Amino acid sequence: MFSRYRGLWSEGVLGLNQRNGDYILKFNPRRLYPLVDDKLKTKRLALQAGIAVPELYGVIETQHDIRRLPQIVADHPEFALKPAHGSAGDGILVIAGRSASRYRTISGLLLDDAFISHHLSNAINGQFSLGGVQDVVIVEYMVRFSALFERVSFQGVPDVRVIVFRGYPVMAMVRLPTRVSHGKANLHQGAVGAGIDLATGVTLNGVIGTEVVTHHPDTTYAIAGLEIPQWDTILDIAARCYELTGLGYIGVDVVLDRDRGPLVLELNARPGLAIQIANRQGLLRRLRICEERADFSASAASRIEFAKREFAHPVAP
Amino acid sequence: MNNRHIYFLSAALTVLSLALFFYKSHVLGFPVAPSAQAQIWTIEAAVSFDPGPAAVKVTLRIPGLTPGYSLMDENFISRGFGSTTRSAPAGREAQWAIREATGPQTVYYRALMYKDPNRTAEDTTPPFPEPPKLDEPSRIALEALIADVRRQSADVASFTTELLKRINRGQGDQSVMLFLNKGSTAADRAKLATIFLAGAQIPARVAHGVSLRDRSGAVRPQVLLEVHDGVQWLYFNPITLEQGLPPDFLIWWRGDESLADIEGGSNVDVTLAVQQSLLDALLVAERRAEQSGSHSAEFSLFSLPIATQAVYSVLLMIPIGALVIMLLRNFVGIKTFGTFMPVLVALAFRETRLLWGVVLFAIIVSLGLLIRFYLEKLRLLLVPRLTCVLTIVVLLMAGISVLSHRLGIQPGLSIALFPMVIISMTIERMSIVWEERGAYEAIQEGTGSLLVAALAYLIMGIHWLEHLVFVFPELLLMVIAVTVLVGRYTGYRLLELRRFKALLPGAGGAS
Repeated sequence: MFSRYRGLWSEGVLGLNQRNGDYILKFNPRRLYPLVDDKLKTKRLALQAGIAVPELYGVIETQHDIRRLPQIVADHPEFALKPAHGSAGDGILVIAGRSASRYRTISGLLLDDAFISHHLSNAINGQFSLGGVQDVVIVEYMVRFSALFERVSFQGVPDVRVIVFRGYPVMAMVRLPTRVSHGKANLHQGAVGAGIDLATGVTLNGVIGTEVVTHHPDTTYAIAGLEIPQWDTILDIAARCYELTGLGYIGVDVVLDRDRGPLVLELNARPGLAIQIANRQGLLRRLRICEERADFSASAASRIEFAKREFAHPVAP
Repeated sequence: MNNRHIYFLSAALTVLSLALFFYKSHVLGFPVAPSAQAQIWTIEAAVSFDPGPAAVKVTLRIPGLTPGYSLMDENFISRGFGSTTRSAPAGREAQWAIREATGPQTVYYRALMYKDPNRTAEDTTPPFPEPPKLDEPSRIALEALIADVRRQSADVASFTTELLKRINRGQGDQSVMLFLNKGSTAADRAKLATIFLAGAQIPARVAHGVSLRDRSGAVRPQVLLEVHDGVQWLYFNPITLEQGLPPDFLIWWRGDESLADIEGGSNVDVTLAVQQSLLDALLVAERRAEQSGSHSAEFSLFSLPIATQAVYSVLLMIPIGALVIMLLRNFVGIKTFGTFMPVLVALAFRETRLLWGVVLFAIIVSLGLLIRFYLEKLRLLLVPRLTCVLTIVVLLMAGISVLSHRLGIQPGLSIALFPMVIISMTIERMSIVWEERGAYEAIQEGTGSLLVAALAYLIMGIHWLEHLVFVFPELLLMVIAVTVLVGRYTGYRLLELRRFKALLPGAGGAS
């Protein structure tokens, strides 16, 4: 047990306690949390800073507003419904089209008006938010993911998660939905996580849970070796999200849209640690490198340059 | 906040907590183990007499200054007499009075004494005694004897011993013969010694007491000679010349007077009895704290009404349960529904016992979940749905109580103590996790919560721990000290060692 403990330590693996105590508590001031916990606020901030996000169609704020949904999406056959305070993808409904009076989800389910209304009212009443506080629902552009990912994801939208420490991208992975994860890009629910070499934007092998997989379980295509398009743009977006919020330790979720390129989906002030398993590398080692050598007043461009230089896979101790 | 600060705070809290703990346990004698018993003695004086035709007044010397022992409680028992106590030169006196009484009468004095090693004869240094008033030949004999004894002694103690030796030799000693009659008792000899000592300007007095070693039944008072050497009182047995206060000896009264006397009556007779018994050491400690002027008992939980004390004996265990959960979450990494939900469930287990608690909890949560899934179909809004679940939980609890009562299963009744609001929230959370993340995770988290609750229950149920925290609530400061330390623990959790095993060097995962 102790040798295992020392092994993880020497590999620079970040544990939950340390993530909370030494990084989140230290670098994420609580007063800034609302900026990322409320996806609507994040979206507006990003728009101001010129960072691309999925287009906002409308906001459903009250029970009364639910009736306005057909009006909001009148010109948009495809859209996504997201509780602004939802965590871990809870409560997100992606509508890929309509058939007759029903909405068709991305996985092919047909939902009637009553179901949608109930779902929206649950969301407004805080069923999906932390602590059950009142919430609003965002109606936004449905991302059409880039053809590259079609072979390695099952329904749903794959996204890229970048951990940004005080403006420096330190680790990244791509999350690929599977049948088990019901098309959600959530590692807890069985999505594949695959690490990305920060220097090149090329994927490594994936993991499901703690198990290494070389091929996507549903599509059987190889996961490693994919080159993420517009990798530099993704890194740039991620690095700039630091200035956006002022939070020192965040996870930036970026999706690659077929037409609009990288879009920021959301920011996370308590990003999970599974990314380490996906990269088979400890985060702590990279955070330490940053803390020792990085200049925290550098520009986004030089920060990215530093990250690409220092964090080329694999990072040696 | 740097770690030095944290360590200092934690150490300070620990020291404070332990200091209070040791003060209370060692100085005030609060028992560390539950139901520790302290020896106490019931001493009783039964004063019987024949009243005269008119008003009767009976005076009894009662214990006042009792080195080695403290008074816990005393009662004056009589039929129709008015009783008072007052200080007297010989110590304390109780007086019973009645205007008119017929036939033989008995009044009782009863006291509860406990051993108190800290108590000494704390009365002030007495003044030099008056030289005894004697006729000329006696005075000459006395002075001769004193001069003789003084020659053969070095200090007050050896003077007294030598003097008592002479008195005991009695017959052979001319000067002593003058003062002592044949067949003199120990009391007479002690009294004579006080006269000689007064002649030598040494304060002395006769002390009467009983040996508490005679466990039960009537005891006879014994006599000691108390001599003050200028610093403290010394004790001498006038017959055996043994120096020092005998063990288990309770000094009852002092001076030359008899134990009891009477005005307006006759045939006064006193029977002394001693009985040893055991009493909860807590009561004794409380009493001691009260009498030593310590405010620790006054401001302790014991000053509360019994019912409130019972509540606090449970409430004080909650931090212990929370501590268990904190350790399980931050060191082991177990997930539970709601941070402290398991503590409340563990509290409910106190009434139901573990097995029934788990069974009832499982029954009620599964029934609640079934109904919750049905409610999902109705598409109720959140708050009405929660209210509905809560109501159903209460009804389920009532139903289970009635059913188990009909079946004669008593533990089913105590289900009423389950925290229903918490259970409703658990059902709600669990059903959401069930839908969003699947049954496996919901059941896993539910079982985790139940396990943690069971463990918290087992630890909160340790009897001596409960006793310790209730008697020494300051120990909870140590809980704070631990939480402060754990709050800065940034090492891995036990389950993380497994979770990240793919990252271990040589795990073969590197690509």
